[in-house]
Amino acid sequence: MKTTRVLAASLLAAVMSVTVASADEGTPHPPREKWSFAGIFGRFDQAQLQRGFQVYKEVCSSCHGMSLVRFRNLAEAGGPGFSAGQVKELAAQYKVKEQNDAGEDVDRPARAADAFPSPFPNEKAAAAANGGKAPPDFSVLAKARTYERGFPLFVIDALPFVGYSEQGVDYIHALLNGYEDPPAGKEIPTGTYYNKYYAGHLIAMPKPISDGQVTYAKNDKGEPVVPETTEQYSHDVAAFMAWAAEPHMMARKALGLRVILFLLVLSGLLYYVKKKIWAKVGGEVHGLQPELHKTY
Amino acid sequence: MANTAGHPESPHGAPDGTRRDFMFLATGAGLAVGAGALAWPFVASMAPDAETIAAGAPLEVDLTPIQEGQIVNVFWRGKLIFVRNRTEKEVKEASEVKLADLIDPQADSARVKQGHAKWLVVYGNCTHLGCVPIGHQGQYEGWSCPCHGSLYDTSGRVRRGPAPTNLPIPPYVFESDSKIRIGEEGGKAVA
Amino acid sequence: MSAHGNTYVPKSALAKWFESRLPLIGLVHSSFVSFPVPRNLNYFWTFGAILIAMLVSQIVTGIWLAMHYDPSAANAFNSVEHIMRDVNYGWLLRYMHANGASMFFVAVYVHIFRALYYGSYKAPREVLYILGVIIYLLMMATAFLGYTLPWGQMSFWGATVITSILGAIPVVGETIQSLLWGGYSVGSPTLNRFFSLHYLLPFMITGVVVLHVWALHVTGQNNPAGIPIKSGKDAVAFTPYATVKDVFASVVFFAFFAYWIFYQPNYLGHADNYVPANPAVTPAHIVPEWYFLPFYAILRAVPDKLGGVILMFSAVLILALAPWLDTSRVRSCNYRPIYRQFFWLFLVVCVLLGWLGAKPPEGGYVIAARICTAYYFLHFLLVMPLVGLFETPKALPGSILETVTGPGKQVSGSGMPIGAAAAPSSKG
Repeated sequence: MKTTRVLAASLLAAVMSVTVASADEGTPHPPREKWSFAGIFGRFDQAQLQRGFQVYKEVCSSCHGMSLVRFRNLAEAGGPGFSAGQVKELAAQYKVKEQNDAGEDVDRPARAADAFPSPFPNEKAAAAANGGKAPPDFSVLAKARTYERGFPLFVIDALPFVGYSEQGVDYIHALLNGYEDPPAGKEIPTGTYYNKYYAGHLIAMPKPISDGQVTYAKNDKGEPVVPETTEQYSHDVAAFMAWAAEPHMMARKALGLRVILFLLVLSGLLYYVKKKIWAKVGGEVHGLQPELHKTY
Repeated sequence: MANTAGHPESPHGAPDGTRRDFMFLATGAGLAVGAGALAWPFVASMAPDAETIAAGAPLEVDLTPIQEGQIVNVFWRGKLIFVRNRTEKEVKEASEVKLADLIDPQADSARVKQGHAKWLVVYGNCTHLGCVPIGHQGQYEGWSCPCHGSLYDTSGRVRRGPAPTNLPIPPYVFESDSKIRIGEEGGKAVA
Repeated sequence: MSAHGNTYVPKSALAKWFESRLPLIGLVHSSFVSFPVPRNLNYFWTFGAILIAMLVSQIVTGIWLAMHYDPSAANAFNSVEHIMRDVNYGWLLRYMHANGASMFFVAVYVHIFRALYYGSYKAPREVLYILGVIIYLLMMATAFLGYTLPWGQMSFWGATVITSILGAIPVVGETIQSLLWGGYSVGSPTLNRFFSLHYLLPFMITGVVVLHVWALHVTGQNNPAGIPIKSGKDAVAFTPYATVKDVFASVVFFAFFAYWIFYQPNYLGHADNYVPANPAVTPAHIVPEWYFLPFYAILRAVPDKLGGVILMFSAVLILALAPWLDTSRVRSCNYRPIYRQFFWLFLVVCVLLGWLGAKPPEGGYVIAARICTAYYFLHFLLVMPLVGLFETPKALPGSILETVTGPGKQVSGSGMPIGAAAAPSSKG
């Protein structure tokens, strides 16, 4: 009996690990980064989200839209924490189309309630302006990108405390730092660039950001708070994208803690009640196969 | 329960009864609180969502294109609002009515902003059952409701039933002589 | 609805008046209060109650999501994001519903393997069991339809692949396909009707669940010993004994469920489904949700389109034949030393098939999938009939009570009054 179970389990493990070896060659896994918002107690770093937004605004937004994010979101709880006034001012820098009373499309300054205007009027225009491939929208991109972790990591990733669900941001961070010279002899077609972490390595986006490209706000003494490097920019913009994709993440994690603790306490109480009730009929026998543990 | 031999959850009689009673009560309370808390997100999700609330921000209306005697429809938070540029004759009629003659007594001056007596801004749904009254019609030349015949005067006050009250005034302020902001009162957007 | 008589006695005049016109309270009483439950049930038997809780959870969250969802190809994706971003607690409702589907399948798989281990499919519970297989089929259809609704890449391509499977059916396949599509390919009309059907099916499931529970209360519950209730001492009343245990287990299960909702809400889904549907680009790895993976592996194990489809559907339908394929006169694997080992092997093969279903169909994976598929069917067609004939089962205990206390001993408390616990008819 026991031997079969052990045999079956080892068969399972053996088949899985043998086949794992053959999987996914060529594209390296993105390195795993530290994120303030990872894990059960994870929280967004407001300053980082603000820097990430700055990178998006000054660099990425010339090609990438963020059509599901509204300006007002930037002032909502659990986000970058801009003030309502800042958001109003920021929105007014953008133009959105509106139909006037004469039925004509006219530009008006955006309001807090408006979505971020996309850099291209539509998907076709975006593709035409970018060598045939439209730059993806940023709204949920951090949730739309991932990479295979393989057995047994994918099991561990689901567990509390050791779990991992930041594949998307790790990939974005890696991609921004993954531009390098192609290996000798590799043909790079026109309009594509070599990126270590992109599947197939040939990406249509040229290296989008370099060291020193964005100037961050200085602290009181006029010193930089964080380095102005691609490494830092990519962290910040990836964190911002994580927030854009999941603006209620902090509320979700905070509520989750309360719900789960409540359910655990309630189940403790119910266990006690159940025991007391079953005591009336001499108690209950537990276990998968109670009969097997008895000698007759 | 009725026909089983034991009543294990019966509240009295057992030796360790007090502690057990407390635990049983706590468990029951826990289940009730849990069920109540679970219902909350469902109820809350039916309230206006963030998008709807954001779209209900104050609305600017430019008064310059509205000719004297004209009524213009605008929508704020999905509700119809009449903006009426009243003629001198209409203002005069409205302000000379005796309050005692009214179903819902209110002076015309209380229904317009000071210094802007020619501009009447009222919600555009009959206070009876919500139909849209037709302008410049009926005995009082204000509005006449096509559904059940309620009549309003040029101040939007009900003059003949079945409507019980005057057309209500939305919150608004004059930003300048030719511009109003609907949805704002005392310098702040209404909730 | 019950085989053991109605023991409910209305007390108030109003209750008497109502009961003589519609014996509803008596029905509930006999099914969920005075119903005799074998006293040796373990926690695997709480999954029926957990499944009912999950069904209710899915229906309620689904109705609430439908208040905000827009089933058109142009707006579906954005309306789901609208729920996630703007609707109060919309993210909670959506994650409850999406992860709830997975939890529903977790619970149903425990429930099914429990039935297979303890022989709950055997006489006299064949109809009860087949109703369960029908519920499982309806669940699969509902889950598939639901997964298309967010109209992401996986939604679109899942719908395309699965409807193409139906296209393999000879003669009528293409007609069925175009009736499902409402066009020349998967598109907005497809999404709209899938939404309609996705809303309908759970109520059909509810109907079959009522029949399932009804059948259960005619035959009575099986139990780890696989022997029938013989006297009142073998049983306890459903309420409070089974009720409190079911509530306890459900709360523990909901804590598990909550972990997924709040901390791993996207783990069981696919990242590609956050990319809006695009008919011009197929995602690199197109796999169904985890609960379909074993069947997907079986589908791909066969190099022939029609053959794969037939085998895949057979893999579900063969479950319904278990009551007749199993020749053993003993129900519970606890007393079947040889078949028990095959049971565990079968479980491992199912898990392996699930894992292989997520792997690309190439090289060693295909060979492994073929071996596992072969065993899957041989288990039913060969192992079940033959082991039943040749195996010598262990001696069964004299009564359910004996399995709890040991032979010949008495137990404190009284269990059910003897008269109320008429044993359901049984061959076991």
